[in-house]
Amino acid sequence: MNKSLNLAVNLAGMKLKNPVIAASGAFGFGREYSNYFDLGRLGGIAVKGLTPLPRKGNPPPRIAETPAGILNSVGLQNPGVHAFIEKEIPFIRKFDTAIIANASGNTVEEYENMVEILSDSDVDAIELNLSCPNVKEGCMSFGSTLEGVGKVVARAKKYAKKPLIVKLTPNVTDITEIARAAEDAGADSVSLINTLLGMAIDAKARRPVLGNITGGLSGPAVKPVALRMVYQVSKAVKIPIIGMGGISCGTDAVEFLLAGASAVMIGTAGFVNPLVWVETIDGLEAYMRENGVHSVTELIGALIG
Amino acid sequence: MKSEKIKMVRPLNENTFLIRFESEIISNTAQAGQFIHIKCFDGLDAYLRRPISICSVDRANKTFDIVYQVRGKGTGLLCAFRPEDEMDVMGPLGHGFTLHAEHRNIVVVGGGIGIFPLLQLLKDHPALKKTAILGFRSRAVVVLEDEFKEHCDELIIATDDGSYGEKGFVTSILEKRVQEEPVDMVYFCGPSIMMKRGVEILRQRNIPCEVSMEQRMGCGIGACLVCACKTKKGDDWDYSHVCKDGPVFDGYEVVF
Ligand SMILES: Cc1cc2nc3c(=O)[nH]c(=O)nc-3n(C[C@H](O)[C@H](O)[C@H](O)COP(=O)(O)OP(=O)(O)OC[C@H]3O[C@@H](n4cnc5c(N)ncnc54)[C@H](O)[C@@H]3O)c2cc1C
Ligand SMILES: Cc1cc2nc3c(=O)[nH]c(=O)nc-3n(C[C@H](O)[C@H](O)[C@H](O)COP(=O)(O)O)c2cc1C
Ligand code: FES
Repeated sequence: MNKSLNLAVNLAGMKLKNPVIAASGAFGFGREYSNYFDLGRLGGIAVKGLTPLPRKGNPPPRIAETPAGILNSVGLQNPGVHAFIEKEIPFIRKFDTAIIANASGNTVEEYENMVEILSDSDVDAIELNLSCPNVKEGCMSFGSTLEGVGKVVARAKKYAKKPLIVKLTPNVTDITEIARAAEDAGADSVSLINTLLGMAIDAKARRPVLGNITGGLSGPAVKPVALRMVYQVSKAVKIPIIGMGGISCGTDAVEFLLAGASAVMIGTAGFVNPLVWVETIDGLEAYMRENGVHSVTELIGALIG
Repeated sequence: MKSEKIKMVRPLNENTFLIRFESEIISNTAQAGQFIHIKCFDGLDAYLRRPISICSVDRANKTFDIVYQVRGKGTGLLCAFRPEDEMDVMGPLGHGFTLHAEHRNIVVVGGGIGIFPLLQLLKDHPALKKTAILGFRSRAVVVLEDEFKEHCDELIIATDDGSYGEKGFVTSILEKRVQEEPVDMVYFCGPSIMMKRGVEILRQRNIPCEVSMEQRMGCGIGACLVCACKTKKGDDWDYSHVCKDGPVFDGYEVVF
């Protein structure tokens, strides 16, 4: 018996050949990992967080290892949206995969501006980053209040000619309210979770490990929190969800789908295993074969009980 | 990412160990100054990979060596590896030292764990006169003395406490050397403060130099942007990345 498996998902009008996407910030613009595997195997690539102008980012150290995870405080270092459009899109387009532009700004106007510019570029979707914990202005300061999310999403949506994904921060009291605010304001999809705000201290030196003092926690350590949030949000909104946080293998991805995600993103695990994205796709296929699942969509929200 | 087979493990002192790997690809392609990114433990403990320099390669026998000092959890876990074991290694990675065929007199300056990548540089460099100035804390931690001696014309060892070789800073020895004779290029690897002082000394005489920088890493290949190092960019500066743009940089480009 060799029935063909169907891994394709439809996400807010975007067709993905499979539900595995590289998470923003861990994958650059794909160039480096293209030396390790065919980027065309991925459902999509969420590129490094972009801003209207180039940004230098935060002072080092920008990473600290913590139990089963990491803290990062990169702070949106990027070449600016125009350099991305000119130099990076043509490269990624050589591969058969969806391009998701992760966009940030300091002000509502900058978010509008980013969405307008990116809507006229050759990307497949725009992921509004309302959740970076490592910058002083914009981002998480909008993403952590209902008014902030409502305002940025509603205003950005007016300029959107591509599917608009809103990336949510877990650093809130009730993520379901925030997700609903994004949905009400016109988001086509929500992605979660971004990193959890954390800190590491070097006791011997009596200093914070990170140059920016605080940073965002990611990796296997956050997976239970991320799963819980995806599950809760899936009960609260009708728009599709992209789940992430600590995914490291096919089984992890299945868990997020069962919790209600229509697709998943993987970031940190790639630092340890540069093939994690393709191995997750393989693992997902193996799970489907072993469990008599023909279409991956059968798994979405299919948690029993 | 590959499993590389360990051929030999040799303790150099109480907490410094040499591992020799069998690897046709790495021994054939590695350049002096590049590093490998090691998964020290197959599990969630010491989750991230650790960068360790390639110390020496033997192209004929298809082997390469690394030397590591036990610092914390990750390097501590490396002590469990034995000959015939396989280690999960990415590499060779990064941008290594630049060797100029026309240079006749070069000096390498290393401190502590920074001495290791300088050995292969000395082996590969065609210069007529090669001097190594290596700094250690004390006599007890001096390692690879014979190996360095074999691959340079003059080896000067300095210790902080004077218990072996000359007492004091490698940079003072370098300063004297460049006053005494024309040096074409200097290569540094070691503590940032040592390299900063070294570059200042050379700047007065316009002697070209390269420095090998250290920074905490994630991906090791240039995708995550965590390993930032301040470098000059026109009249301004920007953050370059140690794993991809470095670890070796032009000494005058780095903003210390
Ligand atoms: C390009 C490069 C080449 C290196 N070559 C060598 C070498 O040849 N031999 C050698 O003994 N050491 C070398 N080091 C340093 C070595 O990577 C660290 O000593 C090691 O990562 C410490 O890990 P740990 O788990 O034992 O220590 P821990 O302190 O437990 O490490 C915790 C975290 O901090 C990071 N970290 C700690 N110290 C350093 C450091 N000095 N530099 C970068 N990250 C650090 C670790 O990678 C880890 O993520 C090199 C570092 C770099 C960047
Ligand atoms: C080094 C690093 C940089 C990141 N940069 C961004 C970014 O620019 N924009 C963004 O929306 N998320 C960013 N993230 C968050 C990830 O996309 C993801 O939401 C988070 O890390 C959880 O997934 P993971 O555990 O698989 O990494 C970054 C994460 C890391 C580790
Ligand atoms: S470690 Fe990821 S960019 Fe250098």
